[in-house]
Amino acid sequence: MSGIPHDHYEPKTNGEKWLNSRLPIVGLIYDTIMIPTPKNLNWWWIWGIVLAFCLALQIVTGIVLVMHYTPHVDLAFASIEHIMRNVNGGYFIRYLHMNGASLFFVAVYIHMFRGLYYGSYKAPREITWIIGMLIYLMMMGTAFMGYVLPWGQMSFWGATVITGLFGAIPFVGDAIQTWLLGGPAVDNATLNRFFSLHYLLPFVIAALVIVHIWAFHTTGNNNPTGVEVRRTSKAEAEKDTLPFWPYFVIKDLFALAVILVVFWAVVGFMPNYLGHPDNYIEANPLVTPAHIVPEWYFLPFYAILRAFTGEVWVVQFASFITGGIIDAKFFGVIAMFGAILAMALAPWLDTSTVRSGKYRPMFKWWFYLLIIDFFALMWLGAMPAEEPYATFSLIASAYWFAYFFVILPILGVIEKPLPQPETIEEDFNAHYGKADADATPAE
Amino acid sequence: MFKKLAIGAAFALALTPAASFAAGGGEQHIEDFHFSFEGPFGTWDQNQLQRGLQIYTEVCAACHGLRYVPLRDLEALGYSEEEVIAYSAENFEVFDPELDDFRPAIPTDHFPVNDGVGAPDLSLMAKARAGFHGPYGLGINQFFKGMGGAEYIASLLDGYTGEEKEEAGTILYENKAFPGGWISMAPPLAEDQVEFTDGHPATVEAMSEDIAAFLMWTAEPKMMERKYSGFVGVIFLSLLSVLLYLVNKRLWAGVKGKRQH
Repeated sequence: MSGIPHDHYEPKTNGEKWLNSRLPIVGLIYDTIMIPTPKNLNWWWIWGIVLAFCLALQIVTGIVLVMHYTPHVDLAFASIEHIMRNVNGGYFIRYLHMNGASLFFVAVYIHMFRGLYYGSYKAPREITWIIGMLIYLMMMGTAFMGYVLPWGQMSFWGATVITGLFGAIPFVGDAIQTWLLGGPAVDNATLNRFFSLHYLLPFVIAALVIVHIWAFHTTGNNNPTGVEVRRTSKAEAEKDTLPFWPYFVIKDLFALAVILVVFWAVVGFMPNYLGHPDNYIEANPLVTPAHIVPEWYFLPFYAILRAFTGEVWVVQFASFITGGIIDAKFFGVIAMFGAILAMALAPWLDTSTVRSGKYRPMFKWWFYLLIIDFFALMWLGAMPAEEPYATFSLIASAYWFAYFFVILPILGVIEKPLPQPETIEEDFNAHYGKADADATPAE
Repeated sequence: MFKKLAIGAAFALALTPAASFAAGGGEQHIEDFHFSFEGPFGTWDQNQLQRGLQIYTEVCAACHGLRYVPLRDLEALGYSEEEVIAYSAENFEVFDPELDDFRPAIPTDHFPVNDGVGAPDLSLMAKARAGFHGPYGLGINQFFKGMGGAEYIASLLDGYTGEEKEEAGTILYENKAFPGGWISMAPPLAEDQVEFTDGHPATVEAMSEDIAAFLMWTAEPKMMERKYSGFVGVIFLSLLSVLLYLVNKRLWAGVKGKRQH
């Protein structure tokens, strides 16, 4: 592994040498957990560990749930109740899994916005960013299909609405939708394939996580200053970095423990707070719920999907020049996926040479506005599709796109960045002071 | 600045349940009844649950089923095994495919399904309804008051105004808690309709609360076990956090100097 110069594993005993010459796995693990990490990382850098924990939690609880769950339209809902009532500890495992999805998305959104603020997506970390976006897309797919499995009213109608999006694709939409559903409507075939994919995708995510880590272990972590670690020599690199173990492992585990206190309290005391009561009603194709609302983590993009109605001039224009091929529904679908694509393109849309938002006086404010925009969209996604929410949704959606396609490219040209520290060491010492020469580092 | 904003935002997020958007008729009025099982420290009132079972058996069971609730679970309400056997046999008949006939229920059966008149099953009703919404879809009042399923049920049963109207051959009854204001279920409870062995008053309001508490139990029978696991986990993780905090502080002490300003 190239990157920041650091010590590598040296097999000492004959046994270690024997293994190392055949399978250098100890060396691989050593290099991975001893990776030199910028020592000025702040608390926004702890969410990666939280995400890794979430993936493990969801896989472990999920595997146990599958032992008791029945993927059949007549039995799925009852099998969940069986888990809640008869399986030892089933109620807790199920609530952990249910709320684990929410923790997963809280963590991923903070992780993503951290990357957006500190410019973690910029060269040379574009691949890390793109892999991350793929993981996020897979997470959304997995969470959506997982929500269908309890076969409640929101499961059923959510599946109907979301697969309907694919039906909006011109010419081939209906065929694709039928292919996805395994039939003309959401039914047993849909439930079974969603179950199968819901079990498969987390392992694909796990593989992508390894690639994600591999990529940023090659480039090195970004850090709050955005200044690169000096890597001309090991001695110099060591002034800017500390090994991941034990310094960051312990720091991250501390943060994880604090977050889990809150998570555990939610699971133990208010496990249905983030859920929807309608999902405790068994799916009924003949009764449509008054409001079909996706889970909270989809709401911002759901708002963008709904914002572009036939009354919006952009939509009418698109419809006119394509001869009606792009109608309002399809336009909404493009906008929704486009909103995610915009994030993925950030490395190439941001023209600023300064990485960290800390040293970008104008960028900061546009970024804070983006955060507010994100929460506004989340709220609007849950509101009924009527005025004044429709207009607000349109404005908020427009800002989302403007941030990535207009503001980021222009800012890099017109903005005068603040002076950045020369080195990470300088930044660290400015915060914490120089370590005493005679203080012994904990080993 | 970023930190403050983000913390504020994360807090706002934590207060935004999807459920708050279930919306409903604007005039819908849900009373915030106090139930003993509310909050992290709340526990079941066993006498109330027993009264609720009695009301269910004598009144609600005529039209509503409890298909997901096994009769054996009634031991959790403080009944002995013999009492549950006797209760099951006296009150319910179930169809046994092996006999190809009906037989008296035994504790391993569930409460019977009852969809004769199209009344909804009540097993999960207390979780399938939310009492409180908002403000502005933000879910803040649910954070403090809970989801309010039991409050909804009690408010509904106690919410009849006495007005009725006929629509397309069906009689509808005005109800303050029901979305839209008119419900097709006739007022099921009347004063002193049920005689409690513990001498508890049987007003409509008291009975509404009792049945709502019982239905919360049928919807979430493991609520106390869940809260207990919650406490164990929160206490354990808090201690772990403290230890990790100290380890982390000690670990970094050698690397961080003293603040210069």
